[in-house]
Order: sequence, then C-alpha cells, then structure tokens
Amino acid sequence: MTDRDPGLIPVNLTVNGAAHALNLDPRSTLLDVLREQLDLTGTKKGCDQGQCGACTVLVDGRRVLSCLTLAITKDGANVTTVEGLAKDGTLHPLQQAFIDHDAFQCGYCTSGQLCSAAGLIAEGKARTADEIRELMSGNICRCGAYPNIVAAIQQAMRQP
Amino acid sequence: MIGFQYARAGTIADAVRQMAASPGAKFVAGGTNLVDLMKMDVERPAKLIDVSRLPLDTVEETADGGLRIGALVRNTDLAYHPLIERRYPMLASALLAGASQQLRNMASVGGNLLQRTRCAYFYDLATPCNKREPGTGCSAIAGLNRMNAILGTSESCIAVHPSDMCVALAVLEATIRVTSPRGERVIALSDFHRLPGDTPQRDTNVAADELVTSVELPVQGFATSYNYLKIRDRLSYAFALVSVAVGLELEGGTVKQARFALGGVAHKPWRSTEAEAALHGRTPNEASFAQAADLALRGAKGFGHNSFKIDLARRAIVRALSQAARGAPQSQSNKKIA
Repeated sequence: MTDRDPGLIPVNLTVNGAAHALNLDPRSTLLDVLREQLDLTGTKKGCDQGQCGACTVLVDGRRVLSCLTLAITKDGANVTTVEGLAKDGTLHPLQQAFIDHDAFQCGYCTSGQLCSAAGLIAEGKARTADEIRELMSGNICRCGAYPNIVAAIQQAMRQP
Repeated sequence: MIGFQYARAGTIADAVRQMAASPGAKFVAGGTNLVDLMKMDVERPAKLIDVSRLPLDTVEETADGGLRIGALVRNTDLAYHPLIERRYPMLASALLAGASQQLRNMASVGGNLLQRTRCAYFYDLATPCNKREPGTGCSAIAGLNRMNAILGTSESCIAVHPSDMCVALAVLEATIRVTSPRGERVIALSDFHRLPGDTPQRDTNVAADELVTSVELPVQGFATSYNYLKIRDRLSYAFALVSVAVGLELEGGTVKQARFALGGVAHKPWRSTEAEAALHGRTPNEASFAQAADLALRGAKGFGHNSFKIDLARRAIVRALSQAARGAPQSQSNKKIA
C-alpha cells in the first residue's frame, strides 16, 4: 500500500438478483467488474468514454453508463444487465420486439439499447417516435438500425 | 488511470474536513466528467472524496418565492421536477438539451457547474495546453478550433464551457452556495465561471477546498416567454456550436425586460447587458432582435475553423428571441425549428 495504492476495497453489489461480495481496486469501473470479474459479458465496452451507450445498464432501476461509473461508488446497489432482462427462460418484451423488428445488424450496441430502452419505458417520458429517438440518443448504432429500434420500442411500450 | 485513495463523506462537514486534510483530493458525485478525465490522465487526483450520498438531493421553495436546488439533484430529476417544469421551463429545456438520458441520470447539478471544457487539446496529453499545463501554450488557437470560443478569449486559451444548464442559470441569475472550513458563501452565477485571461487553468472562482452545496433560483422564471435553442452538429447528444437561452417579459406589445445568454461561444455563459438593455421598450421584431444580436457579438473574434460561429450566433440569437416572443420555444424532441 502506497499513497496511490489503497489496496482492495470491499464492495457489495447485487447483479441480476445475485449478491456479490467483491474486493475491488478503486479504479475499477462497473463495466469492467461486470465483464472481467462476474463474467457478464453481455454489457459491451464500446468507446469506454461515455459517448456510445453500449455499456448501458440499470443501477437501482435507472439507466446509466457503466464505463463512467466507479464500482466502489455503487456499494450496495442493485444492478440489472442485459442478462437479467429475460425471466424464467422467456425473453423480455423488448428482446422479443428487437427480434420481431430486426432492430440490429452486428449486435454490438444491442445490449446497451435494450437496457436503455428498459430504462426509457420505466421513466415514462417518451410517447411519440420523436420522443423515443431523443431519449434514446445516448445509444449509438453504427449499423444504422435506428428506425427498427424505434419500432421495436414502440411495440414493447404497447405491452402492459 | 493513476491510482487514488477513496473515502466516502458521511456529512457535509466531514466532506469539507477531509478535503482540507487531503492535498490533491477531489470531490466526486456523478463522475461523468471526472472519471472520463481520470481515464485520460488529464485529472490525477490523489484521493476521491465521494459526496454522492450527502443529503443534498432535494428541491425546496425559498422564503422569497424562489427555489433552492441541492447540488446532488440529478440532471434528469431536476429537468422533470414539477416546479422546474412549471416555473422555470427554460432550465428544464436546457437540461434536456444536454448529454444523453444515461448521463443526465448520473450527473449532479454541482458537477454540471464544475464540468471542464471538452476542447480536444485539453484532453490530448501529447499537445500543449495552458489549461492542463500552464505555460505550455494553446494548441487550439492555430489548431482545429471549430468547437472553440469566439468571445472573451485570451492569448492563453480559447476553450468554451460546455454546459447547457449553466446558460439557462445565467439568464435566471441563479446564485451558487459553497461551503468550506472558512464557512459558507454565495456566488452569483455570473461570477462563478471565469474568462481564461492568463490563468486558464482556473475554470471557476470556487476554491479547491470549497464544496458546492446548492443552486438558488430567484422567483422570476420567465415561464411565459422563454427559449433554449441549441445548434449542434447532430440533432441530439452533441455539445453546442452555439446555444441561446432567452427570458422575455412583454407588456403591451413592447419588451419590458429581456435577458439572453449564449453557450458554446466562451469560457463562461455569455451575457451582454448592453444588448439586453437595447431591447427595453422596443417592439419585439426581427429588426430589434438583430440589433441586440450585433451588440451581443461586438468584439467577437474567430480563429479560422470557428469563424462561422459569429454569423451562426447572430442568427441563433434572432431566432431564439423570435421564438420566445411568439411563445413558441424550441422543442427538445421535435427538432424542427418552430
């Protein structure tokens, strides 16, 4: 331990319903903890700079960027990743809608799009297609599947 | 990222005490800007003092009819707060014009105030930058400066402050409350951010050991005639080339009071009291707005790639004022110009 090395710090996270007692370097981002320590590789590292949205997860029910979240600051939090969206072997309505509407090509942004859309629906602020586009603008899709993503979200929004 | 010590502050007093005892420490709340800069090694705090759990996350009415906004209120929560939507819709609009919903869910009001420039050279350790390393020079002045400032620049720095929220706060004449071991003080928004001068390393007049605790809004919210118009390279999720916040008070077909501030053009939200005064008593029309725009942009100076911003700002001011006067503020979801 030196001035700039405080050693590992205990952090408790509940991820997709499972409790994890971790010991983390304070520099660890939530994204790296999910992927490298918990083997939840559904959450993607795109830009790692908060500019693409591929790393979007839900923390305590709100969509955030896991690449800009230091995991230690979320001690005690409840995290949902794309792996936690399906329940009992049944796809989440958004996942089914993305398949129905062909809302992806390469798929790299898709887990972030899905978590972001789940957050969007929970927020309840988007009703029109314009509002969906605006409030999903933090998720970049380089394949350009945007029209199909909007259609998929609209389908999921119509479901109870 | 370089290693750092980490501690969570239990109370405001504890946060301030820890800061006083920890040279080179920084407060962290949402982390959206600081963590990014730490990854780039632009910021290298010896210690992070996590203030994110302090009880500064409420919006309360003040005795004089205004609002006190806790420094830890998330940008999203502020934008959708019923009192902000109803009484300060310009602020709600500016908040929703900034960043993305994920970032707004993370970012605090205090962090928004204190966010640093996105000048590419500030982020690039391989190039000189007076803001990052005082005395090394400014790479933007003769470099790729399309996003840089046209007003209030110096030979040391032409960076812009990137916030949308702060542009609205400038029009609303908000005040910022900070606390330190020396006690509390209140800073007017107009005195909060600095022009670069020969000390561009200092973005604000907040001392390193001071913690922003709240933002206070005076009662006047311009809820009838307001606007936040943001011009950028794509329709959403991009920093402003130019933005304009407007608050108008109209009476009997003339302008009783006018305030407007520009974002994306200077090291701080840019207001011209001379330009605002020129609108008083005038008919709100394109001619009077164009004259105000010319006054606001007097002394504007381009650096090549960003010279187009002078004309862009002039037209954006006229459009933003016209929209406000018509009671047709720019929607932040339907981007067609109203």
